[in-house]
Amino acid sequence: MVTLRVNGQDYTYDGDPSVPLLWVLRDELGLTGTKFGCGIGLCGACTVHLDGAALRSCLLEVGQVGGKEVVTIEGLSPDGNHPVQVAWRETSAPQCGYCHAGQIMQASALLASTPKPTQEQILAAMDGNICRCGCYQRINEAINLASAGV
Amino acid sequence: MTHMFKSGIFNFAPIPPGSVANMSRRFVLKGFVAAGTLVVGTSFLPGKGRADWATGAALMPGGTKNNPHLFIAIDPSGEVTIIANREEMGTGIKTSLPMVVADEMEADWSRVHVQQATGDNEKWGNQDTDGSRSVRHWVQPMRQCGAAMRMMLEQAAATRWGVELSSVKAENHRVVNLATGEIAGYGELAAAASALPMPPVEALQLKNPRDFRYIGTGSIQIVDLYDITVGKAVYGIDAKMPGMKFAVIARPPVVGGKLVSYDATETLKVPGVEQVVVVPGATWPLKFRPLGGVAVIARNTGSAIKGREQLKIVWDDGPNASYDSVAFRSQMEASAGQPGLVVRDDGDAEGALKSAARVISATYYIPHLAHASMEPPTATAHVTNGTCVAYVPAQYPGGCHDDLAAVLGIPASNVTVNLTLLGGAFGRKCNWDFALEAALLSKATGVPIKVVWTREDDLQHDSYHTVSVERIDAGVDTNGRVVAWRHRSVAPSLWSTFDGSQVHEHPIELGMGFVDNPFDIPNLRCENPACAAHVRIGWFRSVSNIPHAFAIQSFVAELAAATGRDPRDMLLELIGPDRVLDPTKFRGVTNFWNYGDPVSTYPIETGRLRRVTEIVAEQIGWGRTLPKGHGLGIAAHRSFLSYIATAVEVAVDDKGNITIPRVDTAVDCGFYINPERIRSQVEGAAVQGTALAKNSEITFKNGRAQQSNFDGYLLARINEVPLNVNVHIVPADWNVPSSGLGEPPLPPFAPALCNAVFAATGKRIRSLPIGNQLAT
Ligand code: FES
Ligand code: FES
Repeated sequence: MVTLRVNGQDYTYDGDPSVPLLWVLRDELGLTGTKFGCGIGLCGACTVHLDGAALRSCLLEVGQVGGKEVVTIEGLSPDGNHPVQVAWRETSAPQCGYCHAGQIMQASALLASTPKPTQEQILAAMDGNICRCGCYQRINEAINLASAGV
Repeated sequence: MTHMFKSGIFNFAPIPPGSVANMSRRFVLKGFVAAGTLVVGTSFLPGKGRADWATGAALMPGGTKNNPHLFIAIDPSGEVTIIANREEMGTGIKTSLPMVVADEMEADWSRVHVQQATGDNEKWGNQDTDGSRSVRHWVQPMRQCGAAMRMMLEQAAATRWGVELSSVKAENHRVVNLATGEIAGYGELAAAASALPMPPVEALQLKNPRDFRYIGTGSIQIVDLYDITVGKAVYGIDAKMPGMKFAVIARPPVVGGKLVSYDATETLKVPGVEQVVVVPGATWPLKFRPLGGVAVIARNTGSAIKGREQLKIVWDDGPNASYDSVAFRSQMEASAGQPGLVVRDDGDAEGALKSAARVISATYYIPHLAHASMEPPTATAHVTNGTCVAYVPAQYPGGCHDDLAAVLGIPASNVTVNLTLLGGAFGRKCNWDFALEAALLSKATGVPIKVVWTREDDLQHDSYHTVSVERIDAGVDTNGRVVAWRHRSVAPSLWSTFDGSQVHEHPIELGMGFVDNPFDIPNLRCENPACAAHVRIGWFRSVSNIPHAFAIQSFVAELAAATGRDPRDMLLELIGPDRVLDPTKFRGVTNFWNYGDPVSTYPIETGRLRRVTEIVAEQIGWGRTLPKGHGLGIAAHRSFLSYIATAVEVAVDDKGNITIPRVDTAVDCGFYINPERIRSQVEGAAVQGTALAKNSEITFKNGRAQQSNFDGYLLARINEVPLNVNVHIVPADWNVPSSGLGEPPLPPFAPALCNAVFAATGKRIRSLPIGNQLAT
């Protein structure tokens, strides 16, 4: 039995503890905001915060998460108005939108640790997150906007 | 109570909170050509409700619909719901067409809710969201629909007040009595308006464009924006059904292969795995039927994947077992060196090549590409008691609906296809094989099944973009004028998916920038040597325009280099004087395909191609002095009836690494409705263009795709794409028919980039991806 704390709520999972956190979030807890893109840490679609750090939930066995605090896109902000979310809307960043939960979780972790990132720091932090539609121009603009204070 | 218009659209799930968009002024006029500088025409004819231009929309399954009873509902409180009948995969169409309805009916967008239609061509009109035709086929019916609703509301108000229709006017969600100043809100009028029939199309009065509130402004954000940013937007992979189980499938490693035997003993020991079920595969040609294989069904997808790793399977690889990309390329190159089926033959190209002062030749190669939408193929279905309910991210919902009924052997009326958001598609989700898999597995197990393709499944079993060799030979006279052009295109046809004997490009492929070459060359011949397919070939954003434009637009710059000319000047000279061309009249062209629309509405207008070329050249500063290692490239291409040019500035460092400091793209897509989403499509095309030019390639050995994830199949990441993309939209009013925009920005990008690389380095790229060809 695995006990999980996700977005401030406690859950238990009675299945295989070696299954990636991603699939437990999505298929067992119904938290489908976190997305599957590659399953091996190459795309960032599955990014969540674990004790505040942006990590790929496809690479984390659920049994390893233990007592740590998991935050998903659904729990990033109670009213959906985290500065990164606001900047995302202000720039109309998404096209299909599928990758953006991961992009937002990655960007919000960046700004938490580096509130005023340089352009190089933004590119370095975001180059693990693939957007096939090609929203990078606006993702970059949104992060700059959020770091400047919307 | 809500007044139910005839279709009863409120049978759907309620609209989730957050779907009402907020206005943003952020993008208004940003990056556009200033209005008025390039106005194409001015002869707007107000008051016409009938179709102002003919399209091929009626030939599509289900045709078009314009009845407000079908698409619009108004609540007594005044809340308006508008149905989006096309699917949202990132272009913004789910917002843009309802926005057209709202504008024409004088609805206040902040009180409009958009609801996705189910998959049903007969009910909603054609829903095939592909071919860049949503706006060009639907802007007229949607304007008519909104105008009819506005007039019905006006009629209801006029009747209420006992006055003539001409004494009332609808204005921003209410109707005003022009004589008395009395006002009735849309909610108050909903019941009476809903009881009225739709006025005849001839009687409809469309708004004067100067009164548009939303159309053409770029001020409306996509309706799912809030939900996307908080993780609540529902994609295909997010569908939930009570009691649902999760499946992944082991498919034949070689397409067309068959299952011989399997042993699931170890799989069934994996915790969470519940069943192992065989999925029957179709026979070649596969159409959109499942590939077949062995499915592992588990309590969650992670357990299903672990279970699949333990399967022991014996496959018969079948007839494509020796497919090898290297050998196949050699064969295609050999074919390109030989005469092929003549598909266009203006003048006497062979004779002119023989007598030319000089012949210049080049051969180009573009590999197979995988769509790699970030949401992989996925579907959820529940088959029970002779009915099927499915949730599918489908580009062709109508065909998917009918094929579900066919494979399940149940009446089509017993099938419901609910449409979700598509997490990208780019043509992959035209093929609905994954929906059939989910339905067959649900039928076999009796429970709702969600099928997810892993990324490995997606890259190894795609309906790939074709592979192609393009060879062009041009004859030049002593003045450097191009007098002969012979283009051979060799590529497996997409139609092999439906007809195994198809070895030539289909007219639809030939019409994508090949036989419709607009150049002003007296002797122009197109040949198409035979080439058989050994994988599934599918539509990939802009399809055969990718290889055709890459070859032609690269070759123009090669001709310039060979004859000592400027590449922009060479391109403009070949586009030639402004002409209106009818490709059905080109000698040797048969069954010409004009993207499914009449040539009378959409001929080739070379003046429009010239103009976009001139715009990007001017905007990027063609001819300016550049830093060391920088170069400019340019390309222009008509596709999906639109005219697009792109100019790229590239910087290549000492090691051969490419950066792209600036891109300018000019777009002429006729009457447009959402410039802000045009801009996002062009930005996205610059990213996808960077990926396909620099990085992406699927290769085959022993019939197997050699790339399995994003370490082998490389896309484009934020640190390598152009972040400075400038979009210039040619203003056009209602008398310039709308044309496509989702796909057209892609084809010119790769040749413009490679032309810039040549300008920077002197190295000509004829084979994509660039990969390490520039490494020093
Ligand atoms: S799904 Fe986890 S990084 Fe791609
Ligand atoms: S918006 Fe579609 S993948 Fe990023």
